[in-house]
Amino acid sequence: MSDIHQNINLPAGSIEKQTTTLNLGPTHPATHGVFQNIIELDGEKIVKADATVGYIHRAFEKIAERRPLYQITPLTDRLNYCSAPLNNMGWHLTCETLLGVKTPKRVDYLRIIVMELARIADHLICSSIMGVDAGAYTGFLYVMQYRELIYEIYEEICGSRLTTNMGRIGGFERDFNDTAFQKIEKFLREYPAVLKEFENLFTRNRIFMERTMGVGAISAERALNYGFTGPNLRAAGVDYDVRVTAPYSSYEEFDFDIPVGSTGDCYDRFQVRNGEMWQSLRIIEQAMQKLNNLKGEEATAYHADVPEYYLPKKKDVYTKMEALIWHFKIIMGEIDMPKGELYHSIEAGNGELGYYFISDGGRSPYRLHFRRPCFIYYQAFEELVKDGMLSDAILVMSSLNLIAGEMDA
Amino acid sequence: MAITNEIIQQKLTDKFGDQVSDFEVTFDTLSFNANKEINLKVLNFLQEDGLNFNFLTDLCGVHYPDRQGEELAVVYHLHNIKENIRVRFKVFTDITKPDVYTATGVFAAANWMERETFDFYGINFIGHPNLIRILNVDEMDYFPMRKEYPLEDQSRTDKDDEMFGRGGMLGFGTEKTVHGTIAEDEK
Repeated sequence: MSDIHQNINLPAGSIEKQTTTLNLGPTHPATHGVFQNIIELDGEKIVKADATVGYIHRAFEKIAERRPLYQITPLTDRLNYCSAPLNNMGWHLTCETLLGVKTPKRVDYLRIIVMELARIADHLICSSIMGVDAGAYTGFLYVMQYRELIYEIYEEICGSRLTTNMGRIGGFERDFNDTAFQKIEKFLREYPAVLKEFENLFTRNRIFMERTMGVGAISAERALNYGFTGPNLRAAGVDYDVRVTAPYSSYEEFDFDIPVGSTGDCYDRFQVRNGEMWQSLRIIEQAMQKLNNLKGEEATAYHADVPEYYLPKKKDVYTKMEALIWHFKIIMGEIDMPKGELYHSIEAGNGELGYYFISDGGRSPYRLHFRRPCFIYYQAFEELVKDGMLSDAILVMSSLNLIAGEMDA
Repeated sequence: MAITNEIIQQKLTDKFGDQVSDFEVTFDTLSFNANKEINLKVLNFLQEDGLNFNFLTDLCGVHYPDRQGEELAVVYHLHNIKENIRVRFKVFTDITKPDVYTATGVFAAANWMERETFDFYGINFIGHPNLIRILNVDEMDYFPMRKEYPLEDQSRTDKDDEMFGRGGMLGFGTEKTVHGTIAEDEK
């Protein structure tokens, strides 16, 4: 052995008595975007990992300090871009809480439909990518057309697909058209069979089970200590769900279960996400039912009657001077917000997405902080992959559902 | 017995006396301020002693330039998941000596949140295992979320008004000016 190796502290039982440093990412296909993991390998076994977030800092929180409410909305869409409407609705719910705006029931149900669709889109991409990372490409291709269908529904609702910006304070920019409802019904009709098929591909698949069971496991106590929420926490056996503990947007009227795992490993996280997609379908069905049961004025209201915060209709803006002035006043934040300090959170696709908002009564927030679940999960990565194999690290990463946009603030 | 905001407030004042202050309930959440010397004691006390706040939801910094001697604040959001009650508390620190004890020993979740707060506000968390910048480049020598740094660099001339059809000057905005935009009569 040369002198150089005498100074290296080697783990007991090393074969070659030497470790390798490997930079996993940012250019590795499984570590898209900003993730860099400097991994210390003994053979294929990981002895140490050092996770870094790259420099994509977009200064959202700083920008938000100079912008009125409506101009912050496009920023929130870009946090978790796999489920942009969820972030969007969360932001508008926060604003409504601060401003004391009460939304009509129909808005709540429409929001729930959109939010649950976004949750399904988020989960199906995560679960299918997990299959890809384990070497199974078929499932990914199979469910992808239904993510496409969800995007089509968004397109019917607001005109855009990825970063939707569809909400307004008090409701929606426009009412859902008939095509949107038809497409939602089509989704409800066809997706269960697809999801069943997707589950059949994976859940009892020997290779997939061997690759994921017992990999990246975390106990309930550790998960809580690490600030895990959403499917990652529920996989460890804690049935914490913001939709139940702090219902928003009339979630308390809905009947759904919270799928929980027991071991907190990759397999449980996968299963919890699949279970949640079934529950989301249930919720959407109930919401459609409730929408049909609404009567009279309630059945048509797609926004609250708050002209001081809700933007005038585009048709009026283009033809009436007063509407144009109001539009301008609202967008430029000429109407002051009430003073206050609040923390509002929603159950986003991958956990509790929180908005901590300090208003000093001015036109833009004094301080706005986003609690981004992905940022909080990633710090546990080092612990989760330690003593595992290199190939497991990829699966741990995809099973945590890390979205690069949420790392940043 | 369910925990209420009044019980939490009572327990805290019994234990810490006037070291905790400014109790307030905003949007159903109890918030208060604590001395920065006892931030870990407060965290531990809230976690144990029957209060069972076992979840650190959020940790972030705030800059209040107007508060003499306590310009920087660290905000903790804790959650008792079982009883479903949240609490928020702030510790204030002097901007010239921004030292606060780290909460990483109590909550593993605090690790990166404190690094982020250090990165943005320069709050020095004493005892943090790896207090380096996380979102910004390491070479940065200032803390960008503080209020003294406005959003756009005022010295930049390529963002001069004349580039956007207001004013109008030769040289396409490359001239160095003292006050930013050149006034109409000086042109």
